[in-house]
Amino acid sequence: MAELIMDITLTVNGEPVSERVEARKTLVDFVRDDLGLTGSHVGCEHGVCGACTMRVDGEIVRGCLMLAVQCDGATVETIEGLSDQGEVADLQAAFEQRNALQCGFCTPGMVTAAQAILLQAKASGTVPSREEIREHISGNYCRCTGYHAIVDAVETVAKARAGAKA
Amino acid sequence: MKIVADSPPVLTALDRPNSYIGRAVPRPNLHRLTQGRGQYVSDVNLPRMAHVAFLRTPHAHARIVSIDTGAAKKSPGVIAVVTGAELAKVMTPWVGVLTHLKGLKSAQQYPIAVDRACWQGEAVCAVVAKSRAQAEDACELIDIAYEELPPVVDVELALDGQTPVIHAELGDNLCFERKLDVGEVDKALAGADAVVETTFMFGRHTGVTNEPRSIVADWNEGDRRLTVYQGTQAPHMMQNLFAKHLDLAEHQVRVLTKDVGGSFGIKVHCYADEMATVALAKLLKRPVKFVADRIESFVTDIHARDHRIKAKIGVTRDGTITAFEIDDLTGIGPYSVYPRTSGIEANQVVNLVGGPYTCPNYRAQTRVVFQNKNVMCQYRAVGHPIAVAVTEGLVELAAARIGMDPLELRRRNLFPDDGYPAQSASGLKFEQLSHHEALAHLDGMMNYAGLRAEQAELRKKGIYRGIGFASFIEVTNPSAAFYGVGGAKITSQDGATVKLDPQGTLTLQSGVTEQGQGTESVLAQVVATSFGISMDKVRIVLGDTDATPYGGGTWASRAAGIGGEAAWQAGKALRDNVLAVAGAMLQAKPEALDIRDGIVVDKANGAERLPLTELARVAYFRPDTLPPGFQAELVATRHYVPRGWPFAFTNGIQASYLEVDTDTGFVKLLRHWCVEDCGTIINPQLVNEQIRGGVVQGIGAALFEQCLYDERGQMMNGNMADYLVPMAGEMPDIDCGHVVSPTADSELGAKGAGEAGTAGAPACIMNAINDALRPLGAQPLTDMPFTPGKILRALGKV
Amino acid sequence: MKPAPFAYHKAASLADAIALLGQHSDARLLAGGQSLIATLNMRLSAPTLLIDINGIAGLAEIAVQDRAGKSFVEIGALVRHAQAERSDLIARHAPLIARAMPFIAHPAIRTRGTLGGSIAFADPAAEMPACLLALDGEVDAQGPDGKSTIKAADYFQGLYETALGSQDVLTGFRVPAADKDSRFGFAELARRHGDYAIVGLAASARAHGAGLADVRLAFFGVGNTPLRAEKSEAALAAGDIEAAVAALDLDPHDDIQATPEVKKHLAGVLLRRVAAQLMEAR
Repeated sequence: MAELIMDITLTVNGEPVSERVEARKTLVDFVRDDLGLTGSHVGCEHGVCGACTMRVDGEIVRGCLMLAVQCDGATVETIEGLSDQGEVADLQAAFEQRNALQCGFCTPGMVTAAQAILLQAKASGTVPSREEIREHISGNYCRCTGYHAIVDAVETVAKARAGAKA
Repeated sequence: MKIVADSPPVLTALDRPNSYIGRAVPRPNLHRLTQGRGQYVSDVNLPRMAHVAFLRTPHAHARIVSIDTGAAKKSPGVIAVVTGAELAKVMTPWVGVLTHLKGLKSAQQYPIAVDRACWQGEAVCAVVAKSRAQAEDACELIDIAYEELPPVVDVELALDGQTPVIHAELGDNLCFERKLDVGEVDKALAGADAVVETTFMFGRHTGVTNEPRSIVADWNEGDRRLTVYQGTQAPHMMQNLFAKHLDLAEHQVRVLTKDVGGSFGIKVHCYADEMATVALAKLLKRPVKFVADRIESFVTDIHARDHRIKAKIGVTRDGTITAFEIDDLTGIGPYSVYPRTSGIEANQVVNLVGGPYTCPNYRAQTRVVFQNKNVMCQYRAVGHPIAVAVTEGLVELAAARIGMDPLELRRRNLFPDDGYPAQSASGLKFEQLSHHEALAHLDGMMNYAGLRAEQAELRKKGIYRGIGFASFIEVTNPSAAFYGVGGAKITSQDGATVKLDPQGTLTLQSGVTEQGQGTESVLAQVVATSFGISMDKVRIVLGDTDATPYGGGTWASRAAGIGGEAAWQAGKALRDNVLAVAGAMLQAKPEALDIRDGIVVDKANGAERLPLTELARVAYFRPDTLPPGFQAELVATRHYVPRGWPFAFTNGIQASYLEVDTDTGFVKLLRHWCVEDCGTIINPQLVNEQIRGGVVQGIGAALFEQCLYDERGQMMNGNMADYLVPMAGEMPDIDCGHVVSPTADSELGAKGAGEAGTAGAPACIMNAINDALRPLGAQPLTDMPFTPGKILRALGKV
Repeated sequence: MKPAPFAYHKAASLADAIALLGQHSDARLLAGGQSLIATLNMRLSAPTLLIDINGIAGLAEIAVQDRAGKSFVEIGALVRHAQAERSDLIARHAPLIARAMPFIAHPAIRTRGTLGGSIAFADPAAEMPACLLALDGEVDAQGPDGKSTIKAADYFQGLYETALGSQDVLTGFRVPAADKDSRFGFAELARRHGDYAIVGLAASARAHGAGLADVRLAFFGVGNTPLRAEKSEAALAAGDIEAAVAALDLDPHDDIQATPEVKKHLAGVLLRRVAAQLMEAR
């Protein structure tokens, strides 16, 4: 039935989670406030900045444009989970080496978004161009870097992964 | 002076074994940020913490007739509903003036509006509740009766005598004015072969930090102390302000600043809603959290720029600039922002116009007026983007008028590299700049001649590309001349305390702060080098007024130059202290010893004598084995403030290459170059990324960003879908180059690098667009941002 | 900026959703939510009930089917932009939609956003409504009185207003499948990649000898709904691009991005560019 507050059960970063949440609570507020996963950031709450980018059922979403109650039964992965699995370790290292972050507020969302194009590239056996990388991350706002270093870091990893596979 | 590439060699003046100076080492604090394990203020969660939401006036100017909070107080989760009048009993108001900006005046401002609201978005009531959502629910139940007052919106009319005066007690709407008349401007203009006159317009911008302003204030009634977690650039300044306006001693206030999600000058001011949050914590005796949401950020984060400048340049046929003249007008909202004031940007414009050039004739006027829009104040590169666009816009228009290459006109007028010290017409003092060498480096880096040839070829095919330049100077490392002399408790000095830990590692505490620039890395590189230890054995502590030496924080490109020098000196002092201990232990002369890579060695031949781990063990746990009367001092503190020069000016030149689609008015950025001289480069990667990020912020100003207001003083595009910040898809790759002219005022010789990109980019883009459109006879564009509509109008297509 | 309280119900079936719409006059349907949740967060809308249709089976299919001897691409209401972007069926049989997909927002939004939701929301600056109109598609709806099918030409009625009744659920839409004579054009001008366009144009036509027939031009961002430019269509069919531009009779509103004059001018530029696309062999 329709309720203001609901019980949800989902998997977050590999762990089973059962919580009672307000229907109005967005996914990003839920993971931050209720689960203490503060790596997903709240930058605009209207779907433009991309700081809340995370994965639901394997695909990247805006954490501010989904409700927690929509994730009942879903698999949610945040930057903490991606980090601990080691899935994006090379990408994180490239960001660090290239100083592709300054304040770091956009970085979890940026890394998560970038991983999506890298996975696509791997699946299709291609290396994305700088232009394709720019287009792919064009929904993730970074005020600090001017994006050049981020594109460098993602491109480096794309090439490295393609090389490692070959 | 020498030109360096992206990875310059180690600098000889600072050459110590295993030096980190000039090396692109990765920042030590990045790992937690890439993993999402930073701690921003928005992440802070304290026991009993409540959340505040502010009800904000929808009117640009209105009397508050009545406030009915009855229903809101009964709303679920509500802890308190507090009006401006009620909060005024807890916290005193402030006035944003500085005595060295003569005549600058402003009105009293309260944490929450009392009786009258003066801009759309000003807070008129606060709700504290168990959650932010509940606080917002209750805000909707507050019933306020307003009597709308006529808003002052148009700056051109603000002083006409017919327009209402916003603050009757001030007499008029003039906040500040300044006039300057140097040399013989009229004669110089009369003697010019060409005089170019135009009006430049600069949009109102705002910083749009990715993390909005955030604060958690915690008043502990038990120990009568206030702890404030705040995303600020200047913790000690805020400590002073919180104490002053809550009538506390400063030692009763601790400001903690961990990770900050972007600042750019947005987070260096006293915001009414943040002050209110602190006052509410004191009133309610519990932690209160305020995180601005994006919609309220747009109408409360300081705005900047928004200048209208009528400008003139005289030039002779042989390319000598004879005079500059400007008449500047800007509206700064209803209050001069506390404590830095809202007169600084206009003042900087007057100071900086014409700054790279030897031209001795300069007349300037600026007027800063009050209006009923959001407040304006200092934002990245304060005044520079405006002054550089005016100067460089005039220079390129003049070059076109006399048919001279724009780089050549610059060569004939830039201060010569061998003529320092020098002084600009406005009185700016330059220790050592490198305009010509930077220009020559840029010329080669971008293959200017090749691009001109390509441009000419493509024009034959109807493709219109443009090349634009901007030479610039940048104010960095400010001395007390910036704020201190005007009476503000904003320190220009900074301190560093470094201690040798019992495990032989270092901890450095510094008064400068990190918002992503790489401050921690710079300090670690510097102290590791001057002391003689590897960087991974250095821990940096910043952003805690209880733990760090008193300092100014990070703004005006001061952290590396001032905080870095203090750390350099502290490292040297501690090395001397440690070598005294080593001398005592080894029965050697301390001056014959050195520390390299964490080991005490013989200075002469590098022979290893004693690891620091052993020295620290003895000094801390077996001091009884040291000679009688010898006391080891394993902490050293040093401070630094620039004394030789009011500011350490940097210089540089940027270039933009772009293509204008003359059918659509859309601009495609193809490439951007910047050659900059920030003195000693501590970490070239950090410098380059400051430049790149700054350039893109400047591109935003030139092409995209503007806070649009209607005639009723309503901001029309206060969200991220309509206020267009630069995103990755439209930005170019940016090449950086360097010239190195260290300042002799410090041993390190570092100047600031944080704002040069933003200072020069808008001018560059403007000049490149006008260069592209010149063969089409388009009216030069001088009204930023350069939207497709404006470009189409210039082309006569609409 | 948190939403006002609302109740949430995950509809088990269309009948369930339709019944709830009948009981709650201010309920809103939640599909992809990429526009709706943003407006909720900003409290620009405050329904008391959200009816989530994402769990309703059978609405996320893409299929090619024959109806009355003609081939159509059938797209369920819950087909997401990302799904359409990856779909071979869309690429082969509805290439105009495939061409429009990359212009729609950004990958993380395309993950959730639905084509049907975009058509139901009917933002006049959005791509999908214009594509539907350009392709002469039709919308399937289901309401308390049963199923209905609405031609695109009758569907868009005003600013965010459609022919859907207050208790109707958009269940899918269909567009004619492309064949060898089909020609398509798509272009839009947005300040930044993924933004709503200042002006956009989706177009379809049939190759007719060396020229074009059945030209359909659907502009977006220039009015309260996507708009056909019929006089220009006739001129294009007659092979005269400049006459088509001259015949444009759009009357766009002023908005934050551009003045009516700029929009009109840009519409003409797009028309030239899209006309060139239409004339290229597929």
